[in-house]
Amino acid sequence: MTIAYRDRTGVGEAKSSASPFSGRAAAGVVVAAVILWLFFGTWPDWLTEALTSKKSFLSALLNGLTLAGLYFVVASGFTLIFGLMRNVNMAHGSLYLLGAYVGYEVATRTDSWLLGIAAGVVTTAIVGLAMQIFVFRHLEGDDLRQTLVTIGISIVAADLMLATWGGGAYQVTPPDALSGAITLPIVTGATSSGAAVFLRYPLFRLVVLGVAATVGVMLWLLLNRTRIGMVIRAGVDDRAMLSASGVNVQVVFAGVFAFGAGLAGFAGVVGASAFAISPGEDVHYLLASLVVVIVGGMGSITGAAIGALLIGEAEQIGLVYFPTYSVVLTFLIMVITLALRPRGIMGKPS
Amino acid sequence: MRLRQTSLIALAIGACLLAPNLAAADETLKIGVLATLEGPFTILGQEGLRGVQVAVDEIGGSVAGKKIEIIKQATDASPDSAVRAARTLVEQKGVKLVIGPLSGDEGLAVKDYAKTKPDVTFVNGASASQDFTLRSPAENIFRFSTDGAQWNAGLGTYVYQVKGYKKVAIVAEDYSFPYTQVFGFMAEFCKAGGSVASKSWVPIGNKDFSSVIAAIPDGVDAIYVALGGSDAVNFLSQYQQAGGAAPLVGGSITVDQNVLQSKGKAREVLIGTPSSGPVADLDTPEWKAFATAYKKQPDAFPSPSIFAQSYYVDAKPLLMALQQTGADLSDGGKKLREVLSKISYESPTGKISLDKNRNAIADEFITEVAAAPDGTLYKKLVKVVSQTTQTLGFSEADFIAMGPVGRDKPPCGK
Amino acid sequence: MSKGAAKDGWSSSLPTRTGEIGLGQALLALALLAYPAIASDFFLTQIGALSLIEGMLGLSLTMLAGYGGMVSLAQLSVAGVAGYVIAIFGQSTTGVHSFDWPWMAIVPLAIACAACASALIGWISARTAGIYTIMITLAIATAVFYFAQQNYAIFNGHSGFAGVYAPVAFGVDWRAPRPFYYLTLVVAAAAYASILYGRRSIFGLTIQGIRDNERRMRALGYNTVLHKVVAWLLSGVIAGAAGVLLVWFHGRISPSTIDVAASLNILVIAVIGGLRHPIGPFLGALVVVLLQTFASDLVGAERFNTLIGLVFLVIVYISDDGILGLWRKAAPWLARADRTASSLK
Repeated sequence: MTIAYRDRTGVGEAKSSASPFSGRAAAGVVVAAVILWLFFGTWPDWLTEALTSKKSFLSALLNGLTLAGLYFVVASGFTLIFGLMRNVNMAHGSLYLLGAYVGYEVATRTDSWLLGIAAGVVTTAIVGLAMQIFVFRHLEGDDLRQTLVTIGISIVAADLMLATWGGGAYQVTPPDALSGAITLPIVTGATSSGAAVFLRYPLFRLVVLGVAATVGVMLWLLLNRTRIGMVIRAGVDDRAMLSASGVNVQVVFAGVFAFGAGLAGFAGVVGASAFAISPGEDVHYLLASLVVVIVGGMGSITGAAIGALLIGEAEQIGLVYFPTYSVVLTFLIMVITLALRPRGIMGKPS
Repeated sequence: MRLRQTSLIALAIGACLLAPNLAAADETLKIGVLATLEGPFTILGQEGLRGVQVAVDEIGGSVAGKKIEIIKQATDASPDSAVRAARTLVEQKGVKLVIGPLSGDEGLAVKDYAKTKPDVTFVNGASASQDFTLRSPAENIFRFSTDGAQWNAGLGTYVYQVKGYKKVAIVAEDYSFPYTQVFGFMAEFCKAGGSVASKSWVPIGNKDFSSVIAAIPDGVDAIYVALGGSDAVNFLSQYQQAGGAAPLVGGSITVDQNVLQSKGKAREVLIGTPSSGPVADLDTPEWKAFATAYKKQPDAFPSPSIFAQSYYVDAKPLLMALQQTGADLSDGGKKLREVLSKISYESPTGKISLDKNRNAIADEFITEVAAAPDGTLYKKLVKVVSQTTQTLGFSEADFIAMGPVGRDKPPCGK
Repeated sequence: MSKGAAKDGWSSSLPTRTGEIGLGQALLALALLAYPAIASDFFLTQIGALSLIEGMLGLSLTMLAGYGGMVSLAQLSVAGVAGYVIAIFGQSTTGVHSFDWPWMAIVPLAIACAACASALIGWISARTAGIYTIMITLAIATAVFYFAQQNYAIFNGHSGFAGVYAPVAFGVDWRAPRPFYYLTLVVAAAAYASILYGRRSIFGLTIQGIRDNERRMRALGYNTVLHKVVAWLLSGVIAGAAGVLLVWFHGRISPSTIDVAASLNILVIAVIGGLRHPIGPFLGALVVVLLQTFASDLVGAERFNTLIGLVFLVIVYISDDGILGLWRKAAPWLARADRTASSLK
């Protein structure tokens, strides 16, 4: 699912539905079977030898999945904004951090995690709105200048946040019901007496994954099943036509930017509950969003999901098995993707 | 267009010339301070400045009749920024006395620069890299604080013999300072008979330790963690979330005050963790006086951190030496450096003197993290390791033969 | 430059080579040559030489971005390649491998390696355009940074190399302030002159044609990818030369010299100055270096980044081409004086 307006008139290549579909289905079944066996089957010794231990491999796999969830939420705002308005907002990471700090302040004062999230979202949405109105509208058409102004904003914002909250690490406390470790029905080994040892996994990470999936589904529904979504998709394809049909395009842009910024703030508070935030996290999540969106394809929500999955897994598995160069791997994936498919995996030519 | 061009060029030249050029004032004594005031290490740099300020306040703000002017120069913990900041201090602002830098790699870079400016006197801030003074030291650099390996003196033996941990896993960041800490820990731990089951060198900037935690082998007695700042907070909270059961052994910065007072519940994992370092919450009157003076500084922590203490114990003898020589730097600081190399004094953390490389011989403290009645965490003193030297009790030849710190040093167990 | 037009491409009467060198540039050359007479050592090196070096780095970016339409964030990585080659094959005090080759061998080697690296980056990015070129070069720059930081065998990781100084050659210690300043001045002037010449050459005009309409150029039979790669190669020569001077200037090189913030700094320099003329990056470099050196004096040691960010923001926001663009905006009332002057010729 991309934000592109699907062409229903039949113009374009008619894709034969029979062969590629069954080929893809077969591949999908095989992959699913392998994954199921990896999780629930008993591993032969050579596999355990190669992958250190079942526990570390599966944990890394799950950690990559859950990290991918967080990256997806951050990147979805970024890609939404780019898809519609062709704006690369280099201050996206700053929005993440701002949402996280504000969420922390509100959550600790009111003891309500949900209120903290709401505060973070509202704050960043307002800031996003301001940015669209005062910055992007003024600089419309000049991609490079937009990028550079947002870089300038991110430098100033980072310094002001450093002045306000200092250099220490902050962590939002998630509600007790969502904290701690749960035991998953996956056997990772046996104790000396032969009893099965199950995998213990942090619950909150699964919460993050669930949240990300929910956000993804809701975004899809928003874009494909609502009127607003239709307007947005139309604007992506042909802004002039949309304007000619009577829609106030500037209002739509402002709304989408605020929404994308709000998503960044939301990811910020959720992320701050999983990992500590401190100065420098804005650059970290900006780079992560960039990589995810480039790999997945700018403007595509499915692409963001695929990119997030790829990057999240690469990071975590790399961290366990070749920690020295795991970060290089992430960026290498991006370079290779761009070299082979310049628009990203799911990107469409503009 | 030519007219415009010319005017533009003239403007540019004028800008070059008109930029301020600070002249040296005679009535003030300028002391430059290098501290990390940019990026994630800012909180540590601010601590360092607080330590310097305590030393300056103690001496009344002036020495030998001249008012002390502290000139702060920000770095961002990278070696290049430290050299650039040092050059600004020395070449643009004309200071002849520099306190700093903060991080280990910055120290190594500043050492090279210091060698090119023999008439400037450098005292350490909190740089804890071994080779700051151990190999080819600079004549004008003085370190009254101890290095990262010294910080872990006594911990390896204590952990093996008293706590009974025979097999540990190590989690540390992948650069020179953690190499130094792990070196200090492992040199003693392995000598005592312990073995290391796994070493996870985590790349700088990584925030997600869950996979690293999951990859730690199951049969270890404890996990030695040498992470600092927000990385330590992340590790602890993720360890808690993963339901980790093995006890922790902390590197010096893992249990430093800036982690102990961080916001969130992660730090509770640390209660009971043994560690060692140059700082502990001692009961001595000297320490209490220092802590009281420290707490008067704006935004101070409940208790001084390593960085405040380090900058303090380095700044204090500099001021003492200035007092003794009447702040006379006309001979290029030669007399000052002579006096400095012979200073030995009672600091809030015990007696400090210098070895032949101008590195500190000082006490280290084995501590355990405990909770005070008001809920704040502090480091309870368990044992004092007296007067550690940079060679950690080995002969100098043997110690140097072990090679510089690195990912695989020293060899032991696995 | 005497044309005064914003676009450097198609003017009806191409000026002669000597006609290009107007009064302004002659004055500038004189001022720069005479600068050591009035400047302190600190200004000569930390302001003067550094501006020239960073200006050269910005120039390599302007060459690609202004004339080629390819904005690259990997210029500093290319310069870093040259710098590391000098450190690894020359002398250093780090005690890690340094092969101690003579400067006459390592300087050409460093520049050649940088040019090759740049050509490789250009070949990877040749199929991208616009924002995607920015992203892929940013990714490459980040990958190079992380690799240099993690690898100890070649790059000595986080600590890098120290004690890498300019040699003593032909009886002159090039490390000293005045000789070093003149060295950077000569090299920067050579780079500047080469761009001034190159933009009117056949190759330069072809590149600008590719910038304006790549499809048409392809239709006309040009191998656009090859031209782009050669443009990257040439910009790599400039960046490589700047990289050699950079490592000699700092006396050291480490991953933090080529990290993302420093790469963005080069982009800032090029854009603040103006992408339409090769003097732009040097102007931008001067402004940025002055700001970075004196910002902490103006707003204190803690908040100087806010000042730098704000100045950058304001310039980019109000001008469409940095300082040169601001100048052009002020043109109308200056043009009156100019027209009067030229009508009296």
